[in-house]
Amino acid sequence: MDATILAALQEARRAKRPVALATNLRSGAQKLIFKDGTEGPLCLDVDMIIGMQDMLARDESGTLQTGAGPVFVQVHNPPPRLIVVGAVHIADPLARMGVMAGYGVTLIDPRRAFATSQRFEEYAVSTEWPDDAMAELKPDTRSAIVTLTHDPKIDDPALDAALKSPAFYIGALGSRKTHAARLARLKELGHDDAALARIRGPVGLDIGALSPAEIAVSIVAQIVQARRKP
Amino acid sequence: MTEDVLDQAEAWRKEGRNVALATVVTTWGSSPRPVGSQLAVDGEGKFLGSVSGGCIEGAVIKEALAAIGDGKPRLLDFGVTNEQAWEVGLACGGKVQVFVEKLG
Repeated sequence: MDATILAALQEARRAKRPVALATNLRSGAQKLIFKDGTEGPLCLDVDMIIGMQDMLARDESGTLQTGAGPVFVQVHNPPPRLIVVGAVHIADPLARMGVMAGYGVTLIDPRRAFATSQRFEEYAVSTEWPDDAMAELKPDTRSAIVTLTHDPKIDDPALDAALKSPAFYIGALGSRKTHAARLARLKELGHDDAALARIRGPVGLDIGALSPAEIAVSIVAQIVQARRKP
Repeated sequence: MTEDVLDQAEAWRKEGRNVALATVVTTWGSSPRPVGSQLAVDGEGKFLGSVSGGCIEGAVIKEALAAIGDGKPRLLDFGVTNEQAWEVGLACGGKVQVFVEKLG
């Protein structure tokens, strides 16, 4: 990899700009593939570049056969995100497990006493109200959102914003009873049954989890399942 | 907390060290590390990351040092059908292809 390609690749990764690196496995020649352009000396025809841009969009690395030999396409997308709402006892194990699983994690809780950065070092903490924080974070198709507070003042605006986003996973902690009441409130905000069905509640895979860490395992497992085996 | 092999490789390069990067480009059957997994090696054989879970790292590091020496990229095959398998072998029975390149 020449110094120019390495520098441009690292610059894109730092700017969280999706990029793929195409490498001819015979010659070692390389090209960076962006959504809207390319950079680097490897010669590729237009159809091939379009195919690689499609791989970038699908978050899928792999090898393509070309006339000049096999070309490996390595997708460097920014990490998927996990947005956790509510700095309750489950939040810390959930956020840390999210970091371990490769997610960029943000914990939101407007109650400053809970969300101190001293307790939570490995991930970002926001003390804004969930509607403001969500407007800033702009959850996309590679985002997972989990609400944990049980407090309608905090959970509802977050879920409202989550339902208006294309997030691949939305989960809400709470008993069946809490969840039914929550769905009724969200319905009043204008979300129909199909939209409400996107919310996993009670949250997490049913593995009989009891402790905060076990519940975090069940939630992270469900997020992984939603992403890898939808 | 997830170590970023490419960031480390770049940092080594900026310190003036010679660096080679190994990347898993193809896997067949049960292989321990997915496509895209990387291993960075410096001129002294110091390394970070993994391409298999320990089975073939020794052989990959050897090739990485050779790539640092001659500047040429290499495409390595490892698997049960490979003669080398007896030497370095993938215990899981899978096959992997690893691309090794020197960083400029």
